[in-house]
Amino acid sequence: MVVANLSASDNYFQFFGLNQQFKIDLSALDQAYLAIQKEVHPDRHARGSDMDQRLAMQMATFANTALQTLKNPIQRGLYLCGLHGVDAKLETNTAMPAAFLMQQMEWRESLDDYANDLAALEVLMTEVEQSKQIILSEIAQAIDVDSSYEKAAELLRGLLFIDKFAAELDDAISALV
Amino acid sequence: MALLQISEPGKSLAPHQRRIAVGIDLGTTNSLVAIVRDALPKVLPDEQGRELLPSVIRYLPDGRTQAGFEALDSVVIDPKNTIVSVKRFMGRGLVDVEHLENAPYDFVDEPGMLKLRTVAGDKSPIEVSAEILARLRQLAEDSVSDEIVGAVITVPAYFDDAQRQATKDAAKLAGIAVLRLLNEPTAAAIAYGLDNGSEGVYAVYDLGGGTFDISILRMSRGVFEVLSTGGDTALGGDDFDHRLYCWVIEQAKLPPLSIQDHRALLQCCKNAKEHLSHSPLARVHQTLSDGTVVNVGISQAQFFEMTQTLVAKTLVSCRKALRDAGLKAEDVKGVVMVGGSTRMPNVQRAVGELFGTQPLNNLNPDQVVALGAAMQADLLAGNQSKDDEWLLLDVIPLSLGIETMGGLVEKIIPRNTPIPVARAQDFTTFKDGQTALAITVVQGERELVQDCRSLGKFELRGIPPMAAGAARIRVTFQVDADGLLSVSAMEQGSGVQASINIKPSYGLTDAEITRMLQDGFASAKEDLLSRSLREEQVNAQRLLDAVQTALNSDRGLLSEQEQAAVDQEMATLERILKEETDSAVLRKAVDHAAKATDEFAQKRMNASIQKALAGKNVAEI
Repeated sequence: MVVANLSASDNYFQFFGLNQQFKIDLSALDQAYLAIQKEVHPDRHARGSDMDQRLAMQMATFANTALQTLKNPIQRGLYLCGLHGVDAKLETNTAMPAAFLMQQMEWRESLDDYANDLAALEVLMTEVEQSKQIILSEIAQAIDVDSSYEKAAELLRGLLFIDKFAAELDDAISALV
Repeated sequence: MALLQISEPGKSLAPHQRRIAVGIDLGTTNSLVAIVRDALPKVLPDEQGRELLPSVIRYLPDGRTQAGFEALDSVVIDPKNTIVSVKRFMGRGLVDVEHLENAPYDFVDEPGMLKLRTVAGDKSPIEVSAEILARLRQLAEDSVSDEIVGAVITVPAYFDDAQRQATKDAAKLAGIAVLRLLNEPTAAAIAYGLDNGSEGVYAVYDLGGGTFDISILRMSRGVFEVLSTGGDTALGGDDFDHRLYCWVIEQAKLPPLSIQDHRALLQCCKNAKEHLSHSPLARVHQTLSDGTVVNVGISQAQFFEMTQTLVAKTLVSCRKALRDAGLKAEDVKGVVMVGGSTRMPNVQRAVGELFGTQPLNNLNPDQVVALGAAMQADLLAGNQSKDDEWLLLDVIPLSLGIETMGGLVEKIIPRNTPIPVARAQDFTTFKDGQTALAITVVQGERELVQDCRSLGKFELRGIPPMAAGAARIRVTFQVDADGLLSVSAMEQGSGVQASINIKPSYGLTDAEITRMLQDGFASAKEDLLSRSLREEQVNAQRLLDAVQTALNSDRGLLSEQEQAAVDQEMATLERILKEETDSAVLRKAVDHAAKATDEFAQKRMNASIQKALAGKNVAEI
């Protein structure tokens, strides 16, 4: 089976013509994505040969995967670490700084204590969002300035915890709204 | 003086020739076919000027069928053989269908999908749907006199893989080339958005006869991007009728009714429901077969109260869809109302309150889906100029996962992921020397396999014997632009392509389709052989057209030698297409010519990506 020739552009950043870094211009990403989909989407090749259609599906699939990866900061960070040979070992490495774990526990207790208090949960959400933003800027510093991918991987592992908690908190909030 | 060139009648294939493609709304209650003419989409009426074809098929003892209005009257007199709302059974087993006891049919339990026992034999919902599609195809062919290259068929956005596959199978059975399965709310958004030049975030609330969909879309400069979708494939106008019916039974203190009386009274309730959409009072008046007169009055307020939980159910789906899109109700600029059931004032009011905006009703809710499908069909057939083309980015409505130890579900592709999409997952063997393994793919949002719908069991065979845990089998799940799943597998170490034996728990094998074609309605019109030749001729022509279009725009990507080779291949294929009457020989020629042009296709695809980004210099921004 012939597959689309991605060798020149199988790097997601190159594929969209973006600089390979953590801080990216999301609207430039969106524009590049749409420009490519306008060419490769299967709807553009509905009357093409079987090969045209197969290639279109592969390329559109690749574009979607690349977009999803770069759009989400955690995925983008993990992808950048991977490009530099650093595996975040999400499944096996769960070691976290003590202060970080303390904060997580406090948040979880608050979620339990105020499960029915919408205003309190919203305050908690603001706090979670703020600490997410702080970690994101630390990741940007680690990757784009210090080229310290081990450090970035550790921060990303922490961010995953926070993200998971934010999702649970969001569930609790929407149950009350 | 130059001689004028005139092609043989019917053989001309000027590149500018308009290719006719239709849009089909295969609905629970009614079905429609629409087409774009003079840049405007239009629903095609039958010879009596009727635009809706009731989705009703009656089987007669001699195997003939009646459809639409012709069959509608038999709903009461011949309920077992007159199939209505068959869409509810598409891709569904007996255990999947709610309120089965309310349907008057004799069901036959079959693995994956139920069947209906009729005087003409056991019929799969696919066969019944194919009968409806065949009527629509006929209607379209009669009114355009030209050949139809294919159809865009709409499905509820919330249809799962089994229901989509069943719809595609039905089209195949009806001899329709499916250009795309299009989600109904997305079709409506196209019709509405292009008509009004809308920009911003819109919701499409689609309450039909048997299904409910909600989609949240962003429309901007020729791009329709679905952000999230949700719904219930077993909630629609039918359920409102049934609520009223139960209430009438209670009010009139009726004993259990015969099938005929049930149908007659249900129809009466449906009429009363429709009446209540524009007047404060209605009456259910029906004489039963034993002479009992049912005469019950009902007010709008009473009706709204008894159906309030149904409306509330749709609002839950709306909130979920908003949440999945990461939006609040106030972010939505407008709500497009689709489906006949949105005529109910209580539905209108509830939707208006939730989104804080007056629902948009300026398109006919019965037609908007078919009109959008026709526009998309016209686009896919290649009739739009490059500048007018729009782009549709849709999503998968339900998460795809696989069964893991202990009946748990491991999600592989989460719902609302843009399609087409592929995800790979690695598996390994459990025992030394194990050469096969089975994977069960499920679709749904729950954690347990039993709460999701099983799409099929995929058996991987031909794994090289290794120590337990040493094999690394990468299974790739690909969802295409129709929302349909396919699975492939490869052993990573040895590069052995594991063969996949797909045992769908639904749908039809090719052999079954062939059998149905043989004993079905299609064989009456054209025998199977000429049909398969016809299919190959269409394939050959499609390849010729595709390569011609490609050469016209991108000949320069090939060396002179390569150009000559491609030209040669095309000339050969064209000659064989003209002369050959054996479909197998023609198929071989098509395969050969396709292989010879594969590299060209690849070069063009890569060039188009370069072109897409050229001059943009996004990295410099």
